[in-house]
Amino acid sequence: MKIDPWMVQALAAGIFMIGFAGVLVRRNVIAMLMCVELMLNAANMSFVAYAWQHADMAGQAVAVFVMAVAAAGAAVGLAIVVSLFRALRSADTGGITLLKE
Amino acid sequence: MLAMIIVAPLAGFLLNGLWYFFVQSSRGAKKAGSTSTGLLATAAVFLSFVAALAGHILLLRMPSGARVIEQKLFGWIHAGGFALDFVLRLDPLSSLFCLVITGVGTLIHIYSIGYMSKDSTPGRYFAYLNLFCAAMLLLVLGASMPVMFIGWEGVGLCSYLLIGYWHSDILKAAAGKKAFIVNRIGDLGFVLGMFVIYRHIGSLDFFAISSGVSSAVGAGMPVVAASLLLFAGCVGKSAQIPLYVWLPDAMAGPTPVSALIHAATMVTGGVYLMARVSPMLMLSSGAMLVIAGVGAATALFAGAIAFGQNDIKKILAYSTISQLGYMFLACGVGAAGAGVFHVITHSFFKALLFLGAGSVIHAMGGEQDIRKMGGLRGAMPRTFITFAAAWLAISGIPPLSGFFSKDEILWRAFSSPFGGRIFWAAGMLAAVMTAAYMTRLFSLVFLGGGRASVRVHESPATMTVPLFVLGALSVAGGFIGIPGMSAIGHWLEPVLGQTQASRPGIGHSAEWVLLASSAAVAAAVVWVTLKFYEKPARAAGFRQKGRVVADVLENKFYIDELYGAMLVRPLVAISGWAWKKIDDGMIDSAVLCAGRISIAAGALARKLQTGQLQAYALAMLFGALALIGYLVHGLG
Repeated sequence: MKIDPWMVQALAAGIFMIGFAGVLVRRNVIAMLMCVELMLNAANMSFVAYAWQHADMAGQAVAVFVMAVAAAGAAVGLAIVVSLFRALRSADTGGITLLKE
Repeated sequence: MLAMIIVAPLAGFLLNGLWYFFVQSSRGAKKAGSTSTGLLATAAVFLSFVAALAGHILLLRMPSGARVIEQKLFGWIHAGGFALDFVLRLDPLSSLFCLVITGVGTLIHIYSIGYMSKDSTPGRYFAYLNLFCAAMLLLVLGASMPVMFIGWEGVGLCSYLLIGYWHSDILKAAAGKKAFIVNRIGDLGFVLGMFVIYRHIGSLDFFAISSGVSSAVGAGMPVVAASLLLFAGCVGKSAQIPLYVWLPDAMAGPTPVSALIHAATMVTGGVYLMARVSPMLMLSSGAMLVIAGVGAATALFAGAIAFGQNDIKKILAYSTISQLGYMFLACGVGAAGAGVFHVITHSFFKALLFLGAGSVIHAMGGEQDIRKMGGLRGAMPRTFITFAAAWLAISGIPPLSGFFSKDEILWRAFSSPFGGRIFWAAGMLAAVMTAAYMTRLFSLVFLGGGRASVRVHESPATMTVPLFVLGALSVAGGFIGIPGMSAIGHWLEPVLGQTQASRPGIGHSAEWVLLASSAAVAAAVVWVTLKFYEKPARAAGFRQKGRVVADVLENKFYIDELYGAMLVRPLVAISGWAWKKIDDGMIDSAVLCAGRISIAAGALARKLQTGQLQAYALAMLFGALALIGYLVHGLG
């Protein structure tokens, strides 16, 4: 079976929606971070697929960038999670309303 | 050169004011005496006097028809067809006033050095006093009504500042406010009169008014309206019925201020204005009748009140009101020259009376009740002798100054075509009252046995020397207007016009008869009153018998209470209602309502901000979907 670009895009969209749904519904902060990574990688997949389709290397370059930024994001995110946990003894978003202040 | 007359006291005001502001009122400043500031202020006014004297001599050298010196300082208002320059003008009338203001002003400045020696802020006092002189000189030197109006308002301001000079006393501050507010009512008349004159004559210059009024308008309604409106301004400034109530309260100020502002100069500003526009007034016999009537009524009314008062300064204040009524009576019977003559002699002897009273108050340690004085003749010989001169002058004993000026007014009231026997009778009665209450005052203060509880002492030389100068002027001042050769009448003729001829059927011999009779009456009244007050017990018994009348007089016919009930209290009630209902109830609540709406809207919007991260993410999702939907499909 031949793989068409739209199939890859559909898969990327699916993974993105799964990731977004995860961010919305999961209460655990670490799980939410993982879902964010999922969304980022879905976007990467979409970039790569378009680069392949249009034979343009810019898309792949962006994907590499995103991976680097995502790594940095994950590092910062995990650090926040750790300090949040130290401060509140919990990693459950249901009880965290600090943004309201 | 004319500017010099005004600039000198203005410079004194600035120097003293700045010195007070930056040095004397600064914290930790040494308490300064009044000598240095007083000398500076006196020098400023004296310089002004010299300039006024020089101007007067220049006028004397000119031919009598052309005695005018003008100086244009700068172009002031040029708007559309209206052009007004800031012009000062010295003519025979303003020259006389300038001499009186600066001359008497200098003496009172000297006196103030002694009187205010224990005051803590003499810099402020002398600055105000100098500012007053500058404003008053501007009033008489202004060649047009708006220029005069600056001075007119300026003297009102200074009067307010000086009445409330001891402003930490709430009653004195209130007296200052009363003077200012009552004067405002009159000033409205002045301004409206100015509008009417500009509308119908087309100029606000006094010369143009005098020449334009007869040719352009005739004696129609505008002249009557303008005359009465200007008269309303004078009623406020010169304390006539019904706006006289501020002047007795104005005695709260330092006594030299009462002498200068509330006796000798400012309150005569109204008479000056009446004299200035007398060619216009003459065209309307109705307006003249009103002016003469108000003047005569005021002279009688205030004279009666003065008899019932016990505060030495209050008596002199009502006496001033009464004498001002005399001057308006003169203006109202077409004898403005006689009115101006009385202004001059009155400024001498009334300033002297006030300064003498100040000397007495100073010696008595602040006591102002004449019932607690007595027998001061021995302790204060200099004050006694000068006060006696002023007392005889105001009582109309010949040949002192008051006799001549008062008699000139009585004669004109009798003989002028605008006058009549009724005005003469009112003036005569007022003269009798004047002699009576002044003799009562003099007798209670200086004669008889001592009732004083404090050790009295004569005042220092800075205070007694001005008394002697004014005493000499009070004695001799009348000779500028002796009947028959009236120097002052001829001097003022170019400004005021020819003296009105007498009514037919009144000969010149009548003048001498009236002269002799009024002298005899004055002497008789003085003698009888002196005898009467020789025994205080008899006076007290007399007062007991006529208690009802005496109480009414002592309470000034309850006029202040009447105004309180008729005007002040309704006004306060309306103000209170407007405050509670309109300001608090409508305006404030509208503002508060706007505030409450935004608070409520904020409370609603705050519910959206939960702080839940995932709620925000969900909102972002919907936002993004909406955005994408819009980009893909557009709004349709």
